[in-house]
Amino acid sequence: MTSTLTISHLTKTFDGLAALSDVSLHVAAGERVALLGHNGAGKSTMMKIILGLIAADKGDVTVCGAAPGSAEARAQVAYLPENTAFHPALTGLEQITHYLRLRGESPGQAIGLLDRVGLGHAAKRRIGTYSKGMRQRVGLAQALIGHPKLLVLDEPTSGLDPVSRRDFYALLDGLAAEGAAILLSSHALTEVEARTDRLLILSKGKLVASGTMPDLRRDAALPVALHITPCNGYAPDLMAAFPGATLLRGDVHLTCAQGEKLGLLAQIAAQHSKVADVEIIPPSLEDIYSHFSRRDGQ
Amino acid sequence: MIARILATAATEARIASRNRWVAIAVLLMLVFSLVLAAAGSAPSGALGADRLSVTVASLTSLSVYLVPLIALLMSFDAIAGEVERGTLPLLLTYPVARWEVLLGKLLAHLGVLTLAIVAGFGAAAIAALFTDAGAVAGLAALWRLTWSAVLLGATFLSAGYALSALARRPSAAAGLAIGLWLGFVVLYDLGLLAAIVADDGGVFTTRVFPVALLANPADAFRLFNLAASQATAAAAGVGAAAAAIPLWQSLLSILLWPVAALGLATLAFRKVTP
Ligand SMILES: Nc1ncnc2c1ncn2[C@@H]1O[C@H](COP(=O)(O)OP(=O)(O)OP(=O)(O)O)[C@@H](O)[C@H]1O
Ligand SMILES: [Mg+2]
Repeated sequence: MTSTLTISHLTKTFDGLAALSDVSLHVAAGERVALLGHNGAGKSTMMKIILGLIAADKGDVTVCGAAPGSAEARAQVAYLPENTAFHPALTGLEQITHYLRLRGESPGQAIGLLDRVGLGHAAKRRIGTYSKGMRQRVGLAQALIGHPKLLVLDEPTSGLDPVSRRDFYALLDGLAAEGAAILLSSHALTEVEARTDRLLILSKGKLVASGTMPDLRRDAALPVALHITPCNGYAPDLMAAFPGATLLRGDVHLTCAQGEKLGLLAQIAAQHSKVADVEIIPPSLEDIYSHFSRRDGQ
Repeated sequence: MIARILATAATEARIASRNRWVAIAVLLMLVFSLVLAAAGSAPSGALGADRLSVTVASLTSLSVYLVPLIALLMSFDAIAGEVERGTLPLLLTYPVARWEVLLGKLLAHLGVLTLAIVAGFGAAAIAALFTDAGAVAGLAALWRLTWSAVLLGATFLSAGYALSALARRPSAAAGLAIGLWLGFVVLYDLGLLAAIVADDGGVFTTRVFPVALLANPADAFRLFNLAASQATAAAAGVGAAAAAIPLWQSLLSILLWPVAALGLATLAFRKVTP
């Protein structure tokens, strides 16, 4: 697959503070990539550099074969800023019509675009009267203009209700299927895990992890937790059988590495007369995320 | 390119009308022009000029103050406002050049200003023609005043954009705009006057003063219109030296200033990082 966005050894410093250090990544056509990271990790900064809004200190960025911010790149890239704002005196329809004209597209598409993001009914109202989520949708609508090859979306689902979020990811699926590369940042781990192809985790400006959720799960190698509910009165027996276990509200809690899970289950099965129930609790998304995000001793 | 400039102009014109700028500008020009026309309609007899020419002379003085003021009020927010609202980053990721954005805004704002100027001058002219049949003789002067006022407006609109880009915050841009207006329209002339008095007909009055007048777009505008209607001595106050400046020089100044100011605004806008 061809790479729509390639970043190599990108570094950006703000007055001595390293916002990005030596970041390399690529996003292929048709790929949906999520950018995760704590507040101030450098996600928005990276996106602004990709768009040519701010200049990098070091490193190379290639967007659709062109330099970021060049006329060629701008013609093929759509952006949704972190805090989408529009002129409050314009209606949604007028604002989208304006953006269509700037991209040399037919203004007649405006109402169709607003319908796609579920704003058709409010198209003729002023943006100043819109709710936060409605403004966010105007931002989404403008990002859909004219089949962009790369979409850079900074927290696109912030402010959207659960149904709109699902609709939004359905839109993304369609765009990716048509060959658009998508880079989006988010703090919502569950939706990002389910609806994107790959995750990137930035921590203090460094790229600390990259891959699919199963990749990251394996790489993190976090311990698995097992909760045993003993049969009446057998808790002390089980505690004796499993050194290192802890007793919590009558349940016996154990943890083990991924690889030891089956062995431990066999040991528990051997005690089956004393065991009422066993529950296996895999590391949560949050656990995996924190593992990578905090690895640098945050 | 043209399509993007026109799209920007259409949107800005819409915003200007929603912000009541069209109404405010037209009203300001109308009220002041009509007040002047009424003041000038007292029988003046001895002057021998037709009523419209007299009105044009007073409209010239009015325009020197009012046109730059309205222009700066309309333009100071143009870029600083986009920065503050947070609309600039998205705009700059569109395939539109910064000079195209500025030119689009200029077209819209200049359209509004032209409407206000035409309404104001038009009303004053109708009042003059109504009371004096011989006033048609002044129509040429009125036409000259109208287009040169539009050029003066373009200069101060562009200057407003430049300040807006330099300031990056609307409140700071407003302060700079008021400063620019005071400087160019009020203090500049006072300074020149003081220098002339102190100089008492020396090298400043003969050499520096004419250049200084041409270097200020507001003074060049006044000079051009008063020289063209041969009423310089009556209204300019600093008669003789100003009258010695050839018409083509003041014409050149009022033609070059809008271009120079727009160039400065583009340079300033280029330096803005969203
Ligand atoms: N214009 C700027 N001047 C100085 N420092 C800046 C500037 N922009 C960003 N920074 C700094 O760069 C770092 C990264 O900021 P950035 O906005 O990229 O974070 P983020 O990952 O998008 O965070 P969030 O999740 O809160 O949106 C922060 O420490 C921030 O203070
Ligand atoms: Mg951010």
